[in-house]
Amino acid sequence: MTQVKNLPPNVKETDLTNLLKQMWQIRFFEEKVDEFFAKGMIHGTTHLAVGQEASAVGAIAVLEDRDKITSTHRGHGHCIAKGAEVNRMMAELFGRTTGYCKGKGGSMHIADVDKGNLGANGIVGGGFAIATGAALTSKMKNEGFVVLCFFGDGASNEGSFHEAINLASIWKLPVVFICENNQYGMSGPVKEMMNVEDVAKRAEAYGIPGAVVDGNNIFDVMNGVGQAVDRARNGEGPSIVEAKTYRWKGHSKSDAKKYRTREEEQEWRAKDPIRHLRDVMIAEGLLTEEAADEIKAAAKKEIEDSVEFSKASPMPTIDDLMEDIYA
Amino acid sequence: MRELTYLEAVREAMSQEMRQNEDVFILGEDIGVYGGAFGVTRNMIEEFGPERIRNTPISEAAISGTAVGAALTGMRPILELQFSDFITIAMDNMVNQAAKIRYMYGGKGKVPMVLRTPAGSGTGAAAQHSQSLEAWMTHVPGLKVVQPSTAYDAKGLLKAAMDDDNPVIFYEHKLCYKTSSEVPEELYSIPLGKADIKREGKDVTIVATAIMVHKSLEAAEALEKEGISAEVIDPRTLVPLDTDTIIQSVKKTSRLVVVHEAVKRGGFGGEIASTIAESEAFDYLDAPIKRLGGKAVPIPYNPELEKSAIPSVNEIVAAVKETLNR
Ligand SMILES: Cc1ncc(C[n+]2csc(CCOP(=O)(O)OP(=O)(O)O)c2C)c(N)n1
Repeated sequence: MTQVKNLPPNVKETDLTNLLKQMWQIRFFEEKVDEFFAKGMIHGTTHLAVGQEASAVGAIAVLEDRDKITSTHRGHGHCIAKGAEVNRMMAELFGRTTGYCKGKGGSMHIADVDKGNLGANGIVGGGFAIATGAALTSKMKNEGFVVLCFFGDGASNEGSFHEAINLASIWKLPVVFICENNQYGMSGPVKEMMNVEDVAKRAEAYGIPGAVVDGNNIFDVMNGVGQAVDRARNGEGPSIVEAKTYRWKGHSKSDAKKYRTREEEQEWRAKDPIRHLRDVMIAEGLLTEEAADEIKAAAKKEIEDSVEFSKASPMPTIDDLMEDIYA
Repeated sequence: MRELTYLEAVREAMSQEMRQNEDVFILGEDIGVYGGAFGVTRNMIEEFGPERIRNTPISEAAISGTAVGAALTGMRPILELQFSDFITIAMDNMVNQAAKIRYMYGGKGKVPMVLRTPAGSGTGAAAQHSQSLEAWMTHVPGLKVVQPSTAYDAKGLLKAAMDDDNPVIFYEHKLCYKTSSEVPEELYSIPLGKADIKREGKDVTIVATAIMVHKSLEAAEALEKEGISAEVIDPRTLVPLDTDTIIQSVKKTSRLVVVHEAVKRGGFGGEIASTIAESEAFDYLDAPIKRLGGKAVPIPYNPELEKSAIPSVNEIVAAVKETLNR
């Protein structure tokens, strides 16, 4: 398998097992959320990234622990990949005090600043300049960390994309902008919303590298993001990496998906990124079928346990309402 | 008469207006086949096509500025923002361009555009999708600000907004979308700047906006059972504001409670209270004016906390009693 030869040198075989597990955790987390949403047990709104697991896990896999990320409204996967506890994530969606935001943030606002996750964002394009600013800290304090900024194809049409990337490029900041191009911004297909095929091509306008990778192939993602991260860490400035992928589910709960066809959905489902990693590992002799099943089962159990944890967790009280507004 | 939901009333006003005025078109994110984030423009693309139901990229700054430019040159755009919170990204175009152009140019040109957008909490969408920022907009000369609470008002006020030659911010409350009332078939206009007395009463005046109109009416019913007669006034438009109707009512009842969902601090309630304090109605007051508004907190996700961040029916009842017991 050629992909494995392309592996960034810092990824060990044992890590792959963990990456496979993370992808399953994301998948099961999302499906559980979908189910509970339908049953009215989780309220508000959530955006699921089923089918996009490889870009989240692959991109974060090449980071060091001290590195930071900014996430999006579709951020559960990024959060898990950056080391968040699924218990506290699920508890947040249940609005409990044990959740990452003490039940005040919900799906769109989960952050884990201690682990370098500077937060999900309900504002499309809200993360660009924040990532640039975090990278500025790294440079000014000479801290050596790199920032990975996740964004969608749709977000690249916001002014903040252009302004933040221009700034990061003239100041040569250590930030990698990773576009998870799942073909649509809500209902708007990429080809109707921009006149270039690849978001990565926009990098040219800022004098920085732009690369396109197969977002359903975790090795491809690790490779592309790995090079960009090395570059950033060496003081050579930002880049854009675009992972082509697909969200299997609707944009959010109330999406009739009238803007796309079943055939298209089936086509992409066949390119399941989890299946891909699993098959490669088995073919390379890194994993047995049984071991693969065990990883999957363990991930599933963790998500089931997170539901129990959440249900057993306390609700916030009125006394909590006015807390945490000011430092 | 037939009933329509608030959401349908907004859609009907736009459809009827678009049939009779070629210059009117809608632009916004996902308003085409998706039908808009809340379904307001559902099926409109089938009748009017993609030229007039213009799906835009996710680019609030560009969309709002485009609306200003199109309005200045002879079109009458309606801009749909998916959530009112995103007005922050359109702010420069609304505040520094749309609101100022006519005046700065010495009366040359006009900017007849409507920015429609769902506001308010109650859906669990949390801090970045639940705000009520209307007071910001009322502070800017050159903008008109509308906040309908019923389906009937929504249709008539939207017609007036579409006919207006100024930029109008038209706030739709998310929780009002599903409420319904009798709505005439034909297109009609409710003048901007005309408050509506939603319920007559003699002991206290409650001035309430958007979803708080419904809560205040509920409160008024509860109060009636205790022999207290509350008058509920919905200003419907904040700019222009119908001060007369409010002043007359306070002169009659001698008591005023103002209720809105937006954060009380810096909220529009302060404007209404001072209007009364500065008017002849001041001498008629038998109790201090009472303001009820949202707590000064970002809207939390947890449903119970979310509810407690904004005024409840019980709090309105209590506020009325407090003014009566002075
Ligand atoms: C400023 C702003 N505009 C609009 C929205 C509503 N919205 C939320 S997600 C989304 C689509 C984003 O598309 P993309 O960036 O491609 O990410 P994807 O959802 O495909 O992951 C939209 C329009 C928002 N949250 N913020």
